[in-house]
Amino acid sequence: MKKRQNVTIKGTKEGLVLHLDDRCSYEELKRELDQKLSADLKTQDEHHIISVKVEIGNRYLPVNLQEELKSLIRQKKNLVVDEIISNVITKEEAKALRADTEVITVSRIVRSGQVLEVPGDILLIGDVNPGGTVIAGGNIFIMGVLKGMAHAGCFGNEQAVIAASSMKPSQLRISDYLNREPESVQSNEKQEMECAYIDENRHIVIDRLQVLIRLRPNLTRLEGGQ
Amino acid sequence: MGEAIVITSGKGGVGKTTTSANIGTSLALQGKKVCLVDTDIGLRNLDVVMGLENRIIYDLVDVIEKRCKIHQALVKDKRFDGLLYLLPAAQTVDKSAVKPEQMKELITELKQDYDYIIIDCPAGIEQGFQNAVAGADRAIVVTTPEVSAVRDADRIIGLLEKQRNMEAPKLVVNRIRNHMMKSGDMLEIDEITQHLSIELVGIVADDEEVIKASNHGEPIALNPNSKASIAYRNIARRILGESIPLQPLEDTNKNVFAKIKKFFGVR
Repeated sequence: MKKRQNVTIKGTKEGLVLHLDDRCSYEELKRELDQKLSADLKTQDEHHIISVKVEIGNRYLPVNLQEELKSLIRQKKNLVVDEIISNVITKEEAKALRADTEVITVSRIVRSGQVLEVPGDILLIGDVNPGGTVIAGGNIFIMGVLKGMAHAGCFGNEQAVIAASSMKPSQLRISDYLNREPESVQSNEKQEMECAYIDENRHIVIDRLQVLIRLRPNLTRLEGGQ
Repeated sequence: MGEAIVITSGKGGVGKTTTSANIGTSLALQGKKVCLVDTDIGLRNLDVVMGLENRIIYDLVDVIEKRCKIHQALVKDKRFDGLLYLLPAAQTVDKSAVKPEQMKELITELKQDYDYIIIDCPAGIEQGFQNAVAGADRAIVVTTPEVSAVRDADRIIGLLEKQRNMEAPKLVVNRIRNHMMKSGDMLEIDEITQHLSIELVGIVADDEEVIKASNHGEPIALNPNSKASIAYRNIARRILGESIPLQPLEDTNKNVFAKIKKFFGVR
């Protein structure tokens, strides 16, 4: 009976895909990979660099082993590992991922001198008073008056938005951009439910909340349903 | 077992000491046994406002460093029949002479003998503030209708909310000038309470009589005919749990006022 193949190589438009079986031992896999790639090398065009995607299925490889695999493949002159795709992640990674996408609800008043910081999105039930600060890795939604400072997308997410029931900020920041309170005060008209986002000219603009439906459709997280 | 109330504001000059003196006096007028504690070490003046400066022998730091017993340091106010005492602050050292744990111990000891301990807090948010709030069960935040004072009050409330074993702070708006508030040059009471979102326990109009009385070492609350005095007495009664509507600020209601004044004058 023929031995099961642990390493299969497929060619696609983007480059090579190395599928590594997830049921054999790592050492076995490494040996076979080395053999396969050495054999293949002879038929390759010497000058052309080929990018390789490595699919490892349900196998978890810590960073050091991933590096080992990468360097093993890189040794074969014109192969460059584009990415390693695994179906599994550790609990820590999962937690971090969840924290980045989760909406954290906080019910309190952020007073002068206080800083409220979250890795993902924040839904604040309460006001941000002058001198108070809200910082989020994602979006900021405030069901109250924003009179202090809000910084959305603080890790560089330019798609992040800031929305508030009443927008009277001392300063707004999204990613690396900032805008001060507009000098022209239009306080006469009642401003309710507004949002701030970065427009195509790379300025932070304040507009009606409803424009977000068009500008940031990915704010919708609802899956399925009607 | 008594209750310790700290009077604080963050910003200086909004009337913490005056408020402490008058709330203490008003509580004593209601028949409660009150001890005023001045924690503004190095810049004491509650004793001056109370007119008890000449009778200080020992001070708070002497008590904490065990150079004397508490009762030796307490200055008795002779205008009240053993109902009002003052523990003065030291003038020769500064705020770092006392630690929060020591203050807590001292206040706990005082709570055994008094119904209310009124703690006058220094301005700022440093050591002095930490000392003053350490032993307190409740807090009253004093502010004036000025943006800077409200900003600092907001900061202070934030710090007070972090304190364990303390009730939600309450607000006194001091130095209200009605004509300025009407013309929109001063923050309105509603604006302030909405911004700080804590319970309002009293409003006090700006009154020259208060300054006069303080300079004479007689808290205004002793004078039943002044607007500010009534305001302070009302605050004291609200502290005691009575529900009293806020005084109207308008001078047009002179008649109502006269009635209230008379009512208090009679008592």
